Amino acid sequence: MRKRAMWILLGSLGLLHLAIIFAGFLAPYDPAAQNREFPYAAPSRLDFVGGNRPHFRPFVCVPELSDEHCVQYPMHFFVHGSEYRILGLLRSNLHLFGVEEPGRVFLLGTDSFGRDEFSRLVYGGQISLAAGLVATFLALLAATVIGILSGYYGGWMDESLMGWAELFLALPWLYFLLVIRALLPLHASPPATFLLLTAVIGVIGWARPARLIRGIVLSARSREYVTAARGFGGSDFYLLRRHVLPQTLGVLLTQAALLVPQYVAAEVTLSFFGLGVSEPMPSWGNMMSVLQQYGVLVSYSWLLAPAIALVVTSVMYWLLADTIRYWIQSQ
Amino acid sequence: MRYLGRRILRALLLMIGVSTLCFLLTQIAPGKFFDELRLNPQISPQTIAGLNSRYGLDQPVVLRYGRWLGAVAHGDFGYSIAYNSPVASLLWARLGNTLILTSAAMLLIWMIALPLGVIAASNRAVDKLLTGATSFLISIPEIVIAIGLLAVVVRGRVLPIGGMHALGFEELSRAESLKDLMFHMIMPTLILVLSGWPVIFRHVRTSVLECLEMPYVQAARGLGIGPVRLLFRHVLPVAANPAISLFGFSLAALLSGSLLVEVITGWPGLGPLILEATLSRDLFVVVGGALLSAVFMIGGNLVADLMLLACDPRIRTEAQG
Repeated sequence: MRKRAMWILLGSLGLLHLAIIFAGFLAPYDPAAQNREFPYAAPSRLDFVGGNRPHFRPFVCVPELSDEHCVQYPMHFFVHGSEYRILGLLRSNLHLFGVEEPGRVFLLGTDSFGRDEFSRLVYGGQISLAAGLVATFLALLAATVIGILSGYYGGWMDESLMGWAELFLALPWLYFLLVIRALLPLHASPPATFLLLTAVIGVIGWARPARLIRGIVLSARSREYVTAARGFGGSDFYLLRRHVLPQTLGVLLTQAALLVPQYVAAEVTLSFFGLGVSEPMPSWGNMMSVLQQYGVLVSYSWLLAPAIALVVTSVMYWLLADTIRYWIQSQ
Repeated sequence: MRYLGRRILRALLLMIGVSTLCFLLTQIAPGKFFDELRLNPQISPQTIAGLNSRYGLDQPVVLRYGRWLGAVAHGDFGYSIAYNSPVASLLWARLGNTLILTSAAMLLIWMIALPLGVIAASNRAVDKLLTGATSFLISIPEIVIAIGLLAVVVRGRVLPIGGMHALGFEELSRAESLKDLMFHMIMPTLILVLSGWPVIFRHVRTSVLECLEMPYVQAARGLGIGPVRLLFRHVLPVAANPAISLFGFSLAALLSGSLLVEVITGWPGLGPLILEATLSRDLFVVVGGALLSAVFMIGGNLVADLMLLACDPRIRTEAQG
């Protein structure tokens, strides 16, 4: 039972990431394409009845301005549309679905510029998830190096490094995130902002994993087989690689699963405040920043979609962390 | 009193660490203070050099750090360019509001998490329910909790949102204005409590559970000590130790959380001030705010240490020995 739940979880996490990698294919429109005649359009209605008889193919119902009836456009699959790149490499113009012009399909409605919320959601996930993953990688890299230096070599290095770790653990990090952000240029190019952002949020989270890794290294170092290997003339590098590092794998994996959602949330928070990735590049955070206006929050509930996506991602990663912990314990 | 001395020393070291960090951050900021004057052709390079030496900007970093530290210790956090006033007065005006909010939230969080944690540790059915609920709550980012709650409240129009007071609160009597303030506090406090209590609950639960399994508790149970007396007399004082150390850490999380919540609900605390300062590059305000928040965090940790000393006999005996 537990095993089946684990596979379902892994499968849906995989699907989520695939969907976001292939954002261009899933999204019917370019995330920056504006439809000024459809600001804050509600999600399109999908009908399965066209011309008085039921169909398997959904029809998109586009309301006419003049009367209350709507014009039906059949939804087509695997259509050619605007060009995009997958992972910045593969060029294509094939989209999973779309409708013929002048019809429009907005699965999750549109924002104030009439941009398709669904397209922005899948593209925005690229920024938010990539920020989370890259920042996690940076934080764990720093944590591993510092944890090993601290645990393996000990002495004054251990004390000073762990002193800093304690400081970083205790800081109200959002304040310091803002300090660092205040020092960096406000309007850099989006890729530069993205890199700065991930580096900054990555720097802040190294302390907890570093302390955990230090503990593991400390106990691994004093194991008898490690002492024996040292006695046979194993170099520090050999001992670390062969005997110490493999033991940190479990902690690294669990910490990664815990850090990713926190970092995605950090990116979302900063972009929400207007300090992260800037328009027109969508990210879940800057898509949510319109929700700061109470009027928008109340009237256009479909704009809550990025918040829901964030919750789903976050919950799945937390469950993953639980699963990894369980898996390590059962080993 | 060795324990106390060590703790105070640690707090001082942390303070030095934080202030060094803040100072270094201001130093690596691109550009110098008088760089803008260079653009003005009417100001000669000599004048700029004179200004630099007058304000000590040409001295080595260590000296400048010492002077900066001295100024900060006197409550001088520098000058805000955007507000055209000293940073300290700006911060003090907002600090009180943040403190009202965070202390109310802190109090509520502990009032909820502590009894629930103890109950969950001793009752299996309650434990299952609460652990499930908290593991869901814990995985929801604070920003989503805030926005979701806001959406509900704005739609339902049950609670006032934005600011601390209703319009025309100056005309209210003292009791009425207090009521008004409380009413405005509900929303931000609720967000902070919702996102804060699961973490505390989990820690309290684990530490009580660990305690219940200890041999001396089993022995006490075997001697026929009733469950209530066992819990209050033998388990809780020992289980309090990790919970109290958690108090200091939870303060840091609460301060961060309150920055976010203040901005979203428009509570006039440090949060909106610092966010606006960040957006307008008003560096001294941001650094001052961070420094203040760190002072509170370190102060909170010190209070936690004192509480530990008062509560845990193990520490007292260790301190004497």
